[in-house]
Amino acid sequence: MKKSEENEEARPLSLQEIGERNETAANEVWQLRLYIAGQTPRSLAAFANLKQICEEHLAGRYNIEIVDLVKHPQLAAGDQILAIPTLVRKLPQPLRKIVGDLRDTERALVGLQIRSGAIGNEVSK
Amino acid sequence: MGIRITKPAQEMDKGNRSLPKARTGIQGLDEITGGGFPRGRPTLICGSAGAGKTLLAMEFLVRGATEYNEPGVFMAFEETAPELTQNVRSLGFNLDELAKEKKFVIDFVRIERSEIDETGDYDLEGLFIRLGAAIDAIGAERVVLDTIENLFAGLQNEGILRAELRRLFRWLKDRGVTAVITAERGDGALTRHGLEEYVSDCVILLDHRVTDQVSTRRLRIVKYRGTAHGTNEYPFLIDKDGFNVLPVTSLGLQHQVSEKRISSGVSRLDTMLGGEGFYRNTTILVSGTAGTGKTSLAASFVDAACRRGERCLYFSFEESPGQLIRNMRSIGLNLEQWSKKKLLQFHSSRATFYGLEMHLAIIYKLVEEFQPKVVVLDPVGSLIQAGNRRDAHTMMIRLIDFLKQRGVTAFLTNLTSGGEALERTDVDISSIVDTWLFMRDIELDGERNRALYVLKSRGMAHSNQLREFLLTPQGVDLLDVYVGPEGMLTGSSRLSQEAREKGDALARRQNAERKVRDRMRKQEALEARIAALRKEFEVEEAEAETMSGEAVSREQLIADNREIMFRSRQADLLRIGSLQKDRREPNEEVRRKRGG
Repeated sequence: MKKSEENEEARPLSLQEIGERNETAANEVWQLRLYIAGQTPRSLAAFANLKQICEEHLAGRYNIEIVDLVKHPQLAAGDQILAIPTLVRKLPQPLRKIVGDLRDTERALVGLQIRSGAIGNEVSK
Repeated sequence: MGIRITKPAQEMDKGNRSLPKARTGIQGLDEITGGGFPRGRPTLICGSAGAGKTLLAMEFLVRGATEYNEPGVFMAFEETAPELTQNVRSLGFNLDELAKEKKFVIDFVRIERSEIDETGDYDLEGLFIRLGAAIDAIGAERVVLDTIENLFAGLQNEGILRAELRRLFRWLKDRGVTAVITAERGDGALTRHGLEEYVSDCVILLDHRVTDQVSTRRLRIVKYRGTAHGTNEYPFLIDKDGFNVLPVTSLGLQHQVSEKRISSGVSRLDTMLGGEGFYRNTTILVSGTAGTGKTSLAASFVDAACRRGERCLYFSFEESPGQLIRNMRSIGLNLEQWSKKKLLQFHSSRATFYGLEMHLAIIYKLVEEFQPKVVVLDPVGSLIQAGNRRDAHTMMIRLIDFLKQRGVTAFLTNLTSGGEALERTDVDISSIVDTWLFMRDIELDGERNRALYVLKSRGMAHSNQLREFLLTPQGVDLLDVYVGPEGMLTGSSRLSQEAREKGDALARRQNAERKVRDRMRKQEALEARIAALRKEFEVEEAEAETMSGEAVSREQLIADNREIMFRSRQADLLRIGSLQKDRREPNEEVRRKRGG
């Protein structure tokens, strides 16, 4: 991915745009990559939480790839991974990163842009 | 480039065997840290933006890789690898080459807060793994984290970050790598996020101050556990060869003393200086008002040094090399030939162009590179413009000490401006120089002429006389000054005095010649008279001779006649005997008469 494109994609999206994207993304297969470092309790928790979220919201159209940096340390540089665990949404674009064990499902959903809007939206719902 | 280990550093090394160190390879820094950064421990370099943190860290790695065969990992949080590579290429560091040789790795860590969300617990194991992988890939012994504080901008959970940083530094120590961590300077604290709390073995502060529109970079070791280190602020500069720290205060008064004498380039000046010129490895100051020939004297000295085959370094703060060469040609000094033979090197820069420390640093560097025997600073007084008087004074002392330590004979010129006391210097160095020549102009009879005298010259009997200083197409010359009833005479007064003296001398000579002639004439006359008298006498004598001769013959005749008479008479034979007796008598009478 070229740097200029990356920057283009990284700009914050308006709510409307997110909605549109979500509609187009509805049929898309989600490419998710979870970076872990060994089978630590935190890694296992992150994986479990991710699995749950995907089953609930993306049933049948997601694909989770687990990268264990202990086994493949050279892969850390590619996605600029510092924190462990890190979940990277490769597709749909734009690229998103969620750092942490995904304990807070709501924040994870917002981070993954499965659920648009901030916490305020959810209160009104 | 290349490292220079100075004596004090080696001594300090010995004293600190217990604490292993990693040489930075940066000139001066190893000296003040007593051998480099603590080996196997993290060192914190802090400073405000543009202070040179990244460069110092980079040079530490590059020199480690090139000079000490210690590969290094540069983990960049601010600049990308291509940017860094390009930035340091101007310093002669080829990172691509080093990377190919597996001596150097740049790992750029990009943290984009806008694309990161945080939920739940995490750690920085990813960073550890990346760093670990990079270290393992090339067997790195040195690591730089530049600037790790950027993590605070990218990640929100400060509690986790702090815990992880503590773990990171611990981990670096466990790995046994010598690490350098750079950090931005914070308000009232060394670093913005208090990293000094974690890195406590060695903390170095870089500073970049601008005073009177002139900037000076300074470095200070805030702390260094287990090492006696220099505590001062040391000026440093960043130039085409990278980082240069000047351990200026490590100088003392232990320089070598030389008994050798060197010519000043002006033979009569050598005569004034005890007949042999200056001592080698001393400091010579020439001060005087404008246009008194200070630069010409300096050029003569340089010319003489080059003639001896010694290297000279000429710092000119007022004239360009070309101008100097042209001007000196007018007094018969061909400096260009020495310049071409690489014996003479000029360095011209305006004094106000840099700060004092920068000047000092440049002089240090050039002296180290060129290894000259003679250094000329023309004029030192202008350095005041680059700082204040006190700073300039300190700098001059440092500089003189430095040059003496390097065995360099320093020739300084100083302009004395009107209005001020003549026998002083702007930078108050008169007390620390060894030989002080003073040039002044003498106004007399509507003329301005140059004069020179030796104000002081340590360790030699020097002339107390004022000499007229003459710039001729054949070079510098010194002439006697005439002292007349109306004071010292120079220039055309001297010439007229000389003419007058010549006239007087001629008259005296002519007088003497006349006297000689007179005497000779008298003698001749006397001799002539003596000759005449002798002649007269000779005539008289001859006459007397003739007369007596005639008398004798007459007597003879008479006697003969008488004998004949007697014979004819035949009266008495006895008479004949008596007659013969008589015949002799008249002769004796004549002889008696002549003697009377």
